[in-house]
Amino acid sequence: MTEIIVVTSGKGGVGKTTTSASLATGLAMQGKKVAVIDFDVGLRNLDLIMGCERRVVYDFVNVVHGEATLKQALIKDKRHENLFVLAASQTRDKDALTQEGVEKVLDELTKENFDFVVCDSPAGIEKGAHLAMYFADHAVVVVNPEVSSVRDSDRILGLLASKTRRAEKGESPIKQHLLLTRYNPNRVEAGEMLSVKDVEEILGISVVGVIPESENVLAASNAGVPVILDDNSNAGAAYKDTVARILGEERPLRFLEPVKKGFLKRVFGG
Amino acid sequence: MGILDFLKRKPEPSAGVAKERLRIIVAQERSTRGGPDYLPLLRNELLEVIRKYVNVDVDAVNISLDRDSGHEVLELSVALPDGKPAASAG
Repeated sequence: MTEIIVVTSGKGGVGKTTTSASLATGLAMQGKKVAVIDFDVGLRNLDLIMGCERRVVYDFVNVVHGEATLKQALIKDKRHENLFVLAASQTRDKDALTQEGVEKVLDELTKENFDFVVCDSPAGIEKGAHLAMYFADHAVVVVNPEVSSVRDSDRILGLLASKTRRAEKGESPIKQHLLLTRYNPNRVEAGEMLSVKDVEEILGISVVGVIPESENVLAASNAGVPVILDDNSNAGAAYKDTVARILGEERPLRFLEPVKKGFLKRVFGG
Repeated sequence: MGILDFLKRKPEPSAGVAKERLRIIVAQERSTRGGPDYLPLLRNELLEVIRKYVNVDVDAVNISLDRDSGHEVLELSVALPDGKPAASAG
């Protein structure tokens, strides 16, 4: 049975593509057969984060329009042979994707025995975002501890509960997973940033993971290597925990405590 | 806190303010969610009409739409200020 996971947020720049890349890679590391699809038509970026930008020949829209087969368009990951990337089209035609076209591609991935399909949603609540979430079984809602992101994710949670196939057909609802990213425990302790508990209380749903703000995330995207593969970073470790939880394992949250400054830093500040 | 930090003025902790503002706006947006798009507009226009006669607060008008088996109930509640006489019309 193929499970479809949408990674969404409403607000842009909160870490959807970073999360999609790490989630898909993490699932593949657990031996699952995974496809990760970029739904951001016109603003292709997942290929860069996955490090396969120079190998894109055919894209999602080519497959939907029958200009290429799915097999031709799926880019096999360099590191994991059971992980495939389907790039977004760079066309400016926002209507290039249709519900029927997306359904056809997802059905074909199901026939190919994929365990998971990760749909990287564009920002906003327009057509691309709607199509990315419509067929989902799971939703990972990426949120930053910041007012506009929290408000937008509440709106997205509302849409997940009403504007998806599961909701329209009256099936069991999408499993919602809240993922708090760019978390800075030092700023939380100083009262400058919403805490995990604050965000959970406001949205009425508990988090599936907390990814600490980390320099390694930028370094990973610079290099085109999903941060989950960075064994020296807390962000990578937090993504590994998150993947395990999505697969049903129970793991305590980590990296929520402030990092204490050393003696010299305490004396001289900074 | 380091010696140099004493020289920098610390900003007021603001997370509490953020939480309170979010709590209110999220509750308000949830209450109109799923209902027709005209509800917020209806609420505002009703508020204008009521204010012609009674000096009420912005939060005084509450509208909710409930679905009961087969029919919908539009519930409207207006909290009037106590004690004071109503403001004169016009």
